[in-house]
Amino acid sequence: MRDRHAIIAALIVFFVVLTFPIWYARAAGTTSRGPEPKLPETEKTCVMPVEYMRASHMKLLLTWRDDVVRRNVRTWIAPDGKSYKASLSGTCLRCHANKAEFCDRCHTYAGVTPYCWECHVDPASIKGSGT
Amino acid sequence: MSFSRRAFLGAAGLSALGLTGKAAIDAFALQPPHEPASTPAGTRWAMVIDPKKCLEAGDCTACLDACHRTHNVPAIDNRAHEVKWIWKESFEHAFPSLQTDYPPDALRDKPVMVLCNHCDNPPCVRVCPTQATWKRSDGIVMMDWHRCIGCRYCVAACPYGSRSFNWSDPRPSIAQITPDFPTRSKGVVEKCTFCEERIARDEPPACVAACHAKALVFGNLNDPESDVRSLLRSHFTLRRKPELGTRPAIYYIV
Repeated sequence: MRDRHAIIAALIVFFVVLTFPIWYARAAGTTSRGPEPKLPETEKTCVMPVEYMRASHMKLLLTWRDDVVRRNVRTWIAPDGKSYKASLSGTCLRCHANKAEFCDRCHTYAGVTPYCWECHVDPASIKGSGT
Repeated sequence: MSFSRRAFLGAAGLSALGLTGKAAIDAFALQPPHEPASTPAGTRWAMVIDPKKCLEAGDCTACLDACHRTHNVPAIDNRAHEVKWIWKESFEHAFPSLQTDYPPDALRDKPVMVLCNHCDNPPCVRVCPTQATWKRSDGIVMMDWHRCIGCRYCVAACPYGSRSFNWSDPRPSIAQITPDFPTRSKGVVEKCTFCEERIARDEPPACVAACHAKALVFGNLNDPESDVRSLLRSHFTLRRKPELGTRPAIYYIV
C-alpha cells in the first residue's frame, strides 16, 4: 500500500472528471429540463388541442400550405367547427407573437432548423429594423 | 350432322373476333392529340393594357413599384441576376413578330408594361418536373415556391422572359419587407401570380389598383359584360408572340 496516496488522488481526479457534466451544467446555469416555450397570455386555446399541436403542428402547417397555395382554400375549419385563416404569419404569429421565445426555443432544443423563415416573415423582425 | 374440328375452330375464332374486335380497335385507335384546354367555363382572369394611356403618364412606375413592394420583389442592379414580375420593355422587343419596320410613332421605341401572360397553353407548366407551377382553373399560372427545386426549365421555356431566378438570398436586396407576403429564398424561380392572394379577397391586382391612368384593366374574360371584354370589343388588341400558340391572357390595345 505504498501507493495509497497516488491511488486516492487518481480516484478523486477520476470522479471529478466523471461528474464533470454535472458541475459544468451547474456552473453554466443550464438545466436538464425541457425547452419551456413561452405561451401567449392573451389566448388560452390553440386551433387544435395542445397535445396535437405539440406533436403535429408541422403536419397542420403543411395542410394549410397545400390548401392555400395549391387548392386556393384560405379558410381552415377546425374539428370544433371554428374557422381560421390558414396563415403562418397571420394566424399563428398573431398569438405566438414572440417567435424567438416560442418557435425557436423548441426548435433549438430539438436541434431542428425548419426553413419556413427563409421566406415567411416574422412581422416582429420587421418592426425592429424600422425604415 | 357432323361438326368438324375445322368448322368448330373457325366458328370459335369468328366469335372471339366479334366479341373483342370493337374493344381492340378502340384500344389501338389514335389517342386524341394533347389539346390545350380551351378557355374553361367560369372565371378566366385576363388583363387589357393600353400602352398609350400608360405613356401619357410619362415616366410613371406606380404599377411596378406597387407590385414589387407588395410581393417583396428584390431590386438587384445586376441584370444577370435581376428579379422582375412586371417591367417595361420597348414596343419592338415586346412585339418582335409584328411584321412591320414602321411601327406608329406613338409606340415606336416606347416602353410597354409586360408581365407574365398567364397563357392558356403555358410552356413553363409543361416543362416543370415537380408541378411547382401549374395552371389554375381560373387561368392563373400559379407557382408553389415550396415545391420549386430551381431547375430553371421554366425560365428557359417561357418565351416572354417572365420568370426570374434567385441566384442569391433576395432579402438583403428588398428595401422594405412586406410581412403579409413571403419573400423567396435562394434557388427558387419566381414570377407574377396575377395577385391571386388579392383576387381571393376580391381586390384587383396591385398593379391595376396602383395605375392612376387606368392603363391596366383586369377582369373575367368569360363574362361578356366585364371591363376587359368591353375593351376587347371596342379596340383592336394584340397579344405577345401569338405565333407560338401560348394564347396569352394579356391583351395590348394598339
